[in-house]
Amino acid sequence: MSAEIGHFALIVAAVLALGQSVFPMAGAARRHGALMSLGGTLATGQFVFVSIAFGALTWAFVTSDFSVANVVQNSHSAKPLLYRITGVWGNHEGSMVLWCLILALFGACVAWFGDNVAPGLRARVIAVQGMIGLAFLAFILLTSNPFDRVNPMPADGRGLNPILQDPGLAFHPPLLYLGYVGFSVTFAFAIAALLEGRVDAAWGRWVRPWALAAWSFLTLGIALGSWWAYYELGWGGFWFWDPVENASFMPWLVGTALLHSAIVAEKRDALKSWSILLAILTFSLSLLGTFLVRSGVLTSVHTFATDPERGLFILAILAVTIGGALALYAWRAPALKGGGLFRPISREGALIVNNLLMTVAALTVLFGTLYPLIVDALGLGKISVGPPYFNATFVPLMAPLILAMGIAPFLPWKRADLAGALDRLKLLVAVTVGAAAIVVFLEERHSFAAALGIGLAVWAIGASVLELAGRVRLFRAPFGESLRRAAAMPRSAWGMTLAHAAAGVVVTGITASSVWQTEIVRVMKPGDRAEVAGYTVAFAGVQEVRVGNYLARRGRFTVSESGVALATLSPEKRVYLPQRTPTTEAAIRTTWFSDLYIVLGDPHGEGGHAVRLYHNPLVPWIWIGAVLMFLGGMVSLTDRRHRVGAPRRSVRPVQARPAEA
Amino acid sequence: MRPKRRRLAFLSVGLVLLGVAVALVLTALEDGVTFFYTPSKVAANEVPAGQQFRLGGLVETGSRKTLEDGVSVAFRVTDCVRSLPVVYRGVLPDLFREGQGVVAIGRLEASGVFRADTILAKHDENYMPKDLADQLKEQGQWHADGGGKPCAEAKS
Repeated sequence: MSAEIGHFALIVAAVLALGQSVFPMAGAARRHGALMSLGGTLATGQFVFVSIAFGALTWAFVTSDFSVANVVQNSHSAKPLLYRITGVWGNHEGSMVLWCLILALFGACVAWFGDNVAPGLRARVIAVQGMIGLAFLAFILLTSNPFDRVNPMPADGRGLNPILQDPGLAFHPPLLYLGYVGFSVTFAFAIAALLEGRVDAAWGRWVRPWALAAWSFLTLGIALGSWWAYYELGWGGFWFWDPVENASFMPWLVGTALLHSAIVAEKRDALKSWSILLAILTFSLSLLGTFLVRSGVLTSVHTFATDPERGLFILAILAVTIGGALALYAWRAPALKGGGLFRPISREGALIVNNLLMTVAALTVLFGTLYPLIVDALGLGKISVGPPYFNATFVPLMAPLILAMGIAPFLPWKRADLAGALDRLKLLVAVTVGAAAIVVFLEERHSFAAALGIGLAVWAIGASVLELAGRVRLFRAPFGESLRRAAAMPRSAWGMTLAHAAAGVVVTGITASSVWQTEIVRVMKPGDRAEVAGYTVAFAGVQEVRVGNYLARRGRFTVSESGVALATLSPEKRVYLPQRTPTTEAAIRTTWFSDLYIVLGDPHGEGGHAVRLYHNPLVPWIWIGAVLMFLGGMVSLTDRRHRVGAPRRSVRPVQARPAEA
Repeated sequence: MRPKRRRLAFLSVGLVLLGVAVALVLTALEDGVTFFYTPSKVAANEVPAGQQFRLGGLVETGSRKTLEDGVSVAFRVTDCVRSLPVVYRGVLPDLFREGQGVVAIGRLEASGVFRADTILAKHDENYMPKDLADQLKEQGQWHADGGGKPCAEAKS
């Protein structure tokens, strides 16, 4: 019965979404208060009904209701409860329901917490959210119904792909969707502003927290995916420039640009039209990402069996949304008035540099991702674009970006003195150059890349520390006063410092683990020892174990350093039972500064096994940095000025208050 | 600066940056792109010598051997018409199976052996690399009803 309830709830939600797209829009056009506020009610209703559908689907998975086709294909009664729950979004249909649930949640959030948004704008935002919701609910109902029944009912399910039975991957999609779908709100704000034909500084103030929240979750989602790929795929790498990874990375790049341009829009009343364009592009790239992942048009490590009809439907949503939004932009944007004036050398100018670099970097990634499709469509052959392309285009664009990121916080608004700012940073310039020189001196191979990476990392972290020290007048005022200043510092300033320093931490991790990775592949027999980066790894043998729903060959390795035993590592080769799918579980010993990573291979000879050993220096910093970035976003989000329900500014644009009948 | 001139200034900076990006993209495409070939195409000498490419096909049944050093594997990749010997040093992906689709990235050596740096076999065990499926269809070797075994009557 629960499946029918879920199906019915989806239909109701779609009908509510239709109402949500029409009534508040009409209300805003006629300044009809009741119609406008109906939008909020409908958004809440849509959220409630999508929640019921999601709950019904979860219930079917938890109780292993094998009369539901989706459960049969993606679950198994022997699976642990956690993976029966996460199995809900471990498949196409369920993940689209999760997408709609998060979309409806954000729509409802605008209704619940958007008190400080002018009613006309809010009504239009909610209406645009309704339209997106309607499109995706229709997509589910017409092509991907998760509640289809099977008859006769099979005795058991086929099980979830074992590679997805992992805590890291279990929470990767929800976080990623919070990010992807979060940008639907900034998109809706952009469309609503274009419809109103007016953007003021308040628009930037409203958009910023939404962009910040979406960006933070997207950061965490991407990092979690990369961490999962690192420990689960057993290749010892953290990023493969795979089309699906790129699909999540492009909205991140443009979203980061949006985050920064919204600051200029809010503080300086400039770059408004550009911010609107970025908001449109960010969500468009999120949709493109969904299309690439769900349609299977690209060869990717993430491509599961897919259905072309679904791809076509998403392509249609994509075309209408992006085409419509850009057409609206082309029509209305020229009428938007420009705002505050500034000189090229100023904080505004630096933020524009950020925007241009981020956007161009996203363009090169987009080109590299779509190039194989273009070449194939032109009949010029089957090609793939690999990491060398992305490294060669992306790194040269990121290097100036990080340089600018260090200086920008030292530049005041409107007009700045670049020489003066550099003068304050002269010690850091010396330290950066010194660090790069030491790396060149120590390193024979890849010395340029290593020096560049480490230099940029030192620069980014150092500049953040100096900026913070300058703000609190560290060592130049009594310590107590510095503390007082630190406590009085706006949360958004703390957030920026944290996130910028975190970028340096990530760069350190990427550089060190790429340049100084050690890899050993060899056969080890019980009793054999291998030396990796100063560690001695001894192989004790392999035993067969049965755990839950899989069988495993488990290797035992002891790690020691100059005779002192440090850890025992147990990498596994597993065979998951329902489908007899093999998987490899790497064993990792991590410190804050490096990972020792062991993969057990196939047996060879008497008791021998092929073994792959990696030493990855500073690789944890990549994810530590990403978590710090997320925290930076969260800290900034708690800033009083962003806080939901913050006291209204006394000076509000008069036209922002339509007749509240 | 007046708004018009300012806009012009930023537009020109943007254009310069775009130009730099285009230059980067064009140079990066030189060695960042790998072509996809099946063993038949390799046999027909369509592959430029010494260039890295992606070899796609099925792992020939019964061809997989572990070499003396214990960590290198040799197998043959077939497209049902021709086949090519491949050597790979490292741990094979979990879903590497004889009779199933595989993509190997590497170079053709003078001896006619394909030395792979990377072996890709995908998450899904019924998955057939799209490029491979397309090529096999083109060569008329695709039997959709074969259940993931496109060349039931494989000649090797």
